[in-house]
Amino acid sequence: MSTCCSEQAATPAVAAPAPCCGEVVEKPACGCGDAKPLPSSASPGSGRWLIATVIGAIAWVAVYPWLEPLAEATVAHLPVDRQSPLGDALAFVLYDLPKVMMLLVAIVFATGFFRSYFSVETTRRLLAGKRLGIGNVAAATLGVATPFCSCSAVPLFLGFVSAGVPLGVTFSFLIAAPMVNEVALGLLFALVGWQVAVTYLAFGLSIAIVAGLILGELRLEGWLQPWVRDVRMGVTALPDRRLTLADRIEAGWSSVKEIVSKVWLWVALGIGVGALIHGYVPTALLISIMGKDAWWSVPAAVVIGIPMYAGASTILPIIEALIDKGAALGTVLAFMMAVIALSLPEMIILKKVLTVKLIAVFVGIVGLGILAVGYLFNLLFV
Amino acid sequence: MKDIKVLGSGCPTCQKTAELLKAEADKLGVAISLEKVTDYAAIASYGIAATPGVVIDGKVVHAGGLPKAADVDGWLRGSDGSFP
Repeated sequence: MSTCCSEQAATPAVAAPAPCCGEVVEKPACGCGDAKPLPSSASPGSGRWLIATVIGAIAWVAVYPWLEPLAEATVAHLPVDRQSPLGDALAFVLYDLPKVMMLLVAIVFATGFFRSYFSVETTRRLLAGKRLGIGNVAAATLGVATPFCSCSAVPLFLGFVSAGVPLGVTFSFLIAAPMVNEVALGLLFALVGWQVAVTYLAFGLSIAIVAGLILGELRLEGWLQPWVRDVRMGVTALPDRRLTLADRIEAGWSSVKEIVSKVWLWVALGIGVGALIHGYVPTALLISIMGKDAWWSVPAAVVIGIPMYAGASTILPIIEALIDKGAALGTVLAFMMAVIALSLPEMIILKKVLTVKLIAVFVGIVGLGILAVGYLFNLLFV
Repeated sequence: MKDIKVLGSGCPTCQKTAELLKAEADKLGVAISLEKVTDYAAIASYGIAATPGVVIDGKVVHAGGLPKAADVDGWLRGSDGSFP
């Protein structure tokens, strides 16, 4: 969940305007009586989108393998020693900046495209009346796929709970949506390796499922803000509009436009920090703080990460640099998950519907889950 | 006169949605009264779970994300939500 729309302006020091998780990728619902396709869906631009996408994909594949040799060649022409800290940092920036931006465009496009098959309304319908257990598994999985932005967290919460989605199942959704972040997943896959990406996906879903189950079993309905129980949800029928392939491709591009234009500066910032770590932080010092033997570094990473908020695309280049330098994978990933899954602005938004006690339990359970994952990762990846 | 409500907590996308509706209405020369509904209970009463939502003459036509300009034109042109 991103805090793109936190109107409360209570942004912490490390606040980045994050990609609003596919907010423009919603299925536009048409309220017309008999749901005739709008004229727009047959716009003359349909073919153009398709051709542009195919050309773009070919260009992407052709350029990508050349990024590293190009970056190395550029550094070789600069009057700096490649082996010096400055040379190291420069090589990192010149290679990573185009690489991460290209990956980001591809990931955001794919996410926007596939998310056009899902909507919050459909998800709610699928989850209504589901029991704890299977409901949590479904909610966590749908949480990854459903386009959703934190400005919708409260309406979504009200909508789910009043439609008969159990509280524990709703929590599984609310945890999975930000925790298993598609940008984080894609960048981990490309920058760190598929094993790590798959393990992150599995652990992220597990935390969302288990935490939701525990929260459901605790029966904390009484800890909602009192007015929430009295909310009467209206009924509305938004007829699903049939989207064509061109519509979905267009949805992919519009999320690229929306998200990349918003986060590119933060990506650059993350790569800058990554480059500094790469070039200037002594390896021995880093290992003594974030290495496998520093057992306390996992809880420290979680505690520091929870109130912080940064988008996955900012944090991943930093993660990459830390791992290159020998930081323990579990420690670094626990930090990343804490940063992107739990944040102060999100809690402030949720305070509208949850009591502080309930938020504390929520943060506690998710925090413990991330802690466990951190230690597990450190055990699994030697 | 079309009665238009934008449902949302005042997030940037909700603002953009309201601006888009106003701009398109001006372009088409359709008279509208635009109201922003920010109260969560009131938003819920319209039955949507994603914001911003758009309600035209009491009918929910959109939920979640910035609507497309072409769709907005369609809502504004239709007298009762259907196309002339």
